Amino acid sequence: MIRFDKVTKTYPTQNRPALQNISLEIERGEFVFVIGSSGSGKSTFMRLILREERPSAGRVHVAGKDLAKLSNWKIPQLRRQIGTVFQDFRLLPNKTVEQNVAFALEVIGKSRPTIGKAVPEVLDLVGLGGKGGRFPNELSGGEQQRVAIARAFVNRPMVLIADEPTGNLDPETSVGIMKLLDRINRAGTTVVMVTHDQAIVNQMRKRVLELDSGNLVRDQSRGVYGYVR
Amino acid sequence: MRAQFVLSEIFIGLRRNLTMTVAVVVSAAVALGMLGVALLMLFQTSHMKDYWYNKVEVSVFMCTKDDATLHPATCANGQASQNQMNSLQSDLTANPLVQQVFPESQADAYARYQQQSAGSTSGTSMAQYVTPDQIPASLRVKLKNPSTENIDAMISSYQGQQGVETVSDQRTILQPLFKLFNGLTVSATTVAVVMVGLALMLIVNTVRLSAFSRRRETGIMRLVGASNFYIRLPFLMEGAVAGLGGVAVATLGVASFKFFLIDRVLAPNFTFTSFIGWDKVLVTVLILIPVGLLMAVGASALSLRKYLKV
Ligand SMILES: Nc1ncnc2c1ncn2[C@@H]1O[C@H](COP(=O)(O)OP(=O)(O)OP(=O)(O)O)[C@@H](O)[C@H]1O
Ligand SMILES: [Mg+2]
Repeated sequence: MIRFDKVTKTYPTQNRPALQNISLEIERGEFVFVIGSSGSGKSTFMRLILREERPSAGRVHVAGKDLAKLSNWKIPQLRRQIGTVFQDFRLLPNKTVEQNVAFALEVIGKSRPTIGKAVPEVLDLVGLGGKGGRFPNELSGGEQQRVAIARAFVNRPMVLIADEPTGNLDPETSVGIMKLLDRINRAGTTVVMVTHDQAIVNQMRKRVLELDSGNLVRDQSRGVYGYVR
Repeated sequence: MRAQFVLSEIFIGLRRNLTMTVAVVVSAAVALGMLGVALLMLFQTSHMKDYWYNKVEVSVFMCTKDDATLHPATCANGQASQNQMNSLQSDLTANPLVQQVFPESQADAYARYQQQSAGSTSGTSMAQYVTPDQIPASLRVKLKNPSTENIDAMISSYQGQQGVETVSDQRTILQPLFKLFNGLTVSATTVAVVMVGLALMLIVNTVRLSAFSRRRETGIMRLVGASNFYIRLPFLMEGAVAGLGGVAVATLGVASFKFFLIDRVLAPNFTFTSFIGWDKVLVTVLILIPVGLLMAVGASALSLRKYLKV
């Protein structure tokens, strides 16, 4: 589903690479944690998958496509197959929950009946049935993140990438979000999640990729956070 | 593509930056209005050049039947005879100062008068009452060297000949008009160029502000895979609507230029020539529409390339 071949990324203004010679493969349906200290290159890894950045060297393949060969006008097609969730939710404050989720379908030109059917479905899935008419500021942080997940998932992407989705939430709420992501993963969607949350990683026992100063220092299936090297 | 969605985005965008939108519309209107005036002047000049006006320096008008009483000295016999006109033409052709002679019969002159009057509102009513025999035949003369002395010499030698009603110096009559039109064209073009530059900068800046204030939306659109075109469309349409607003105001300006300056001031004071009609105003507006759209949409696109990451 996602393959990195000797990928190095050096930002123009930086002399140290943000990612260095990364090779790995993530299979369809996997759940993968990406961990590492601040500045180790986790977000850069995610941006390369989304083709928000291009590698300085090496190749990135997503869903069978070599992103280096993907022309600019085809990038939107790639992103329709990838759902994205962030720490800061990124909801539109002047739109209701329903409208926020519908927005993701409207702007890719889905028909009104399709939207009318898909939005309530996904809101039920994330446990927000009945709260579709609320505005983001009328929701708790956990609920807002559920809306963001609903928006990322409403188009049923093959991959869901989440950059510290529980970073702003308390531990209990985080567990709820993790259960939701796990459910989405079990339904067949590949999930790649960046996190600093030790408890979550230790509890879930999924594959762990650890980055350190841009190097992939650990790739362990059923891993834990505090791995002693 | 959902038209209603795009439309609402456009108007939200325009309202959010209302002051900037107004500034864009006004500057685009002035730019396009000046461009329109310059175009009208070019049309007017070529309208005048289409006939003798610019080619000849001296016009020899023959007597008409009414001149027997008005100009008894040379037109005692009324209407000049064809013989008189023929001998005058060969005389002129033989004159060493003359380069070329264009004869115009009464029928030709009448046809031209009707045609020109048809184009202009001021002449239409008069043209209905004019008959061919009231309009003089003439010999339009182009000189080899149109100096003032030569023109004076021509006038003094042909004024007073039998069958000649009057000889007029075409240049001194028309020169001020050509000067006025050229001056208007040049100054309107200058202002238009400056204002187009200003309007372009304003549009670039407005779209930049608009893109900035909507970066949250566009960021999400990008992430969920909206096409570049779809993300940019509301901004481009914002530009287009503002551009069309400019065209609309400029149209008012161009129309008032025709209505007040050409029809009310120039036409009554320069009755010997004719002025462009409303058809040319229409042509001008039809030119301004694509120019305004291109200007606004082009500047928006440029601004988006720079300020809206996709
Ligand atoms: N747009 C950019 N331009 C230049 N340098 C950048 C850019 N983005 C990230 N970097 C640098 O690249 C390195 C990796 O950054 P990245 O954002 O991937 O880290 P991270 O692992 O996500 O950190 P955090 O846990 O704090 O989010 C850092 O040194 C950072 O300063
Ligand atoms: Mg990060």
